[in-house]
Amino acid sequence: MTDASPHPAPPRWPALPGGPLRAALQPVLSRVVNRIARRHPEMFARIAPYQQADFIVLAREMPFALHLRPDPDAPVFRAIPRDPLPPHDARIEGPFMLLLRLVDGEDDGDAAFFSRDLTISGNTEAVVSLRNALDDVDGSIAQDTANLFGPPGRMVLNALRRRAAA
Amino acid sequence: MTTGEQFSQAGELVCPAGTPAALRTAVDAGADSVYCGFRNATNARNFPGLNFTPEELEASVAYAHARGAKVLLALNTYPPAGHEALWRDAAEVAARVGVDACIVADMGVARHIATTHPDLRLHLSVQAAASSPEAIRYYCENFGVKRVVLPRILTIPEIRAIKQEIPCEIETFIFGNHGLMVEGRCSLTNWMTGESTNMDGVCSPAAKVTYEEDANGALRSCLGGFTIDSFAKGETAGYPTICKGRYTAPHRPEGYYAFEEPVSLNLSRLLPDLMAAGVHAFKIEGRQRSKSYVRKVVGAFREAVDTVRAGAEPDLADLIALTEGQKETQGAFQTKKWR
Repeated sequence: MTDASPHPAPPRWPALPGGPLRAALQPVLSRVVNRIARRHPEMFARIAPYQQADFIVLAREMPFALHLRPDPDAPVFRAIPRDPLPPHDARIEGPFMLLLRLVDGEDDGDAAFFSRDLTISGNTEAVVSLRNALDDVDGSIAQDTANLFGPPGRMVLNALRRRAAA
Repeated sequence: MTTGEQFSQAGELVCPAGTPAALRTAVDAGADSVYCGFRNATNARNFPGLNFTPEELEASVAYAHARGAKVLLALNTYPPAGHEALWRDAAEVAARVGVDACIVADMGVARHIATTHPDLRLHLSVQAAASSPEAIRYYCENFGVKRVVLPRILTIPEIRAIKQEIPCEIETFIFGNHGLMVEGRCSLTNWMTGESTNMDGVCSPAAKVTYEEDANGALRSCLGGFTIDSFAKGETAGYPTICKGRYTAPHRPEGYYAFEEPVSLNLSRLLPDLMAAGVHAFKIEGRQRSKSYVRKVVGAFREAVDTVRAGAEPDLADLIALTEGQKETQGAFQTKKWR
């Protein structure tokens, strides 16, 4: 377990109040992780030794961090303050769209690491297990998640993808 | 060799798959054959979360065969004394689920398969490091090996000369990791971590790897507690392997790559020469890589190989972003002086 340490967010979205935003996101994130767990149970076998591990995901533009614990029985996915981070096993950090594309199998994690766009710290084996588990999922987790919220969800995802492609 | 013994058309594209999804991606992207391994020490990419269960392999073989592609199973590690059962069990599953060939390195594994599963085709892994006609013929004559994966230490003229003297097909790597420590039989990881590439299937086991970024953005990569490289802010990085580490020495206090640089092999421009030299199959390295890598690299080489087969000049895709350290080389295939 690594020590908690402060990691200030780049002030990309300074106007957004962190606390209310996290509170608003919480039910969304919970639905997302529960849906993924339900639809892709096979991925948990690949991450078996680290189902209880705590991953921190830091999208560089976001005013908050994400905490993931891939426990198939009680998955955790929540928005938390960036400073200070809670104790965790591993940390994954990169631009939001890169992280999204990695989750969706659209980008290669090793290439992102070589280019230094992606940084990881803590338990490398846990990160590798999570990466391989996600990579074995067919289809788009992002699209799947967007579909969960109907036309508004798809609209947001399309806007994000357009922004990344611009 | 008779035509009936030919495995496939020359110019076969042999592609990596670390997961069933990657296998399907490779097949859909145009792989002629896909190589993969079980989730244990029987293959040289025994990484966490990677590889196949017997059930996944069976389903993957069905997927590939339905689309005209073949599946090759890597059994290319060396059984430690007293632990041969794991390799024998793997061969049993391979035969049962109908894989098209096993890629082996150890003579004991080769002999076991040749005698117990005589219909199971054998390919000689690069891990065996067979680089002379005499060595290759030995495997062919004693174990019925049908193809040798040549070490990446030979020039194209040398490959052409070897081809004249051996009774089997030749496979060469054309893209991916360029680690040359006696072609796979590397003991560096073993010295540092107690785990073996050759017997445990782990090169730089992830559990022993740590990354630390300092306040200036420099990244330090460590294996088993030892620093093996440090990358300045913005400098491209490589895998945390000892053979590509950067070290200081009394005569090189600034730090230097003592063995090999973080660099990937890319022989796309040499495809016509390799075909003319008699290379039957082209191997893309990277079972540890993602579906995205598989899709892009396999797609690019499918197009290039088909173009060369058609007698035209291939329009080569730019794959530099996918290479280790974002650097590529033609290695020894072009010249013995690649370093």
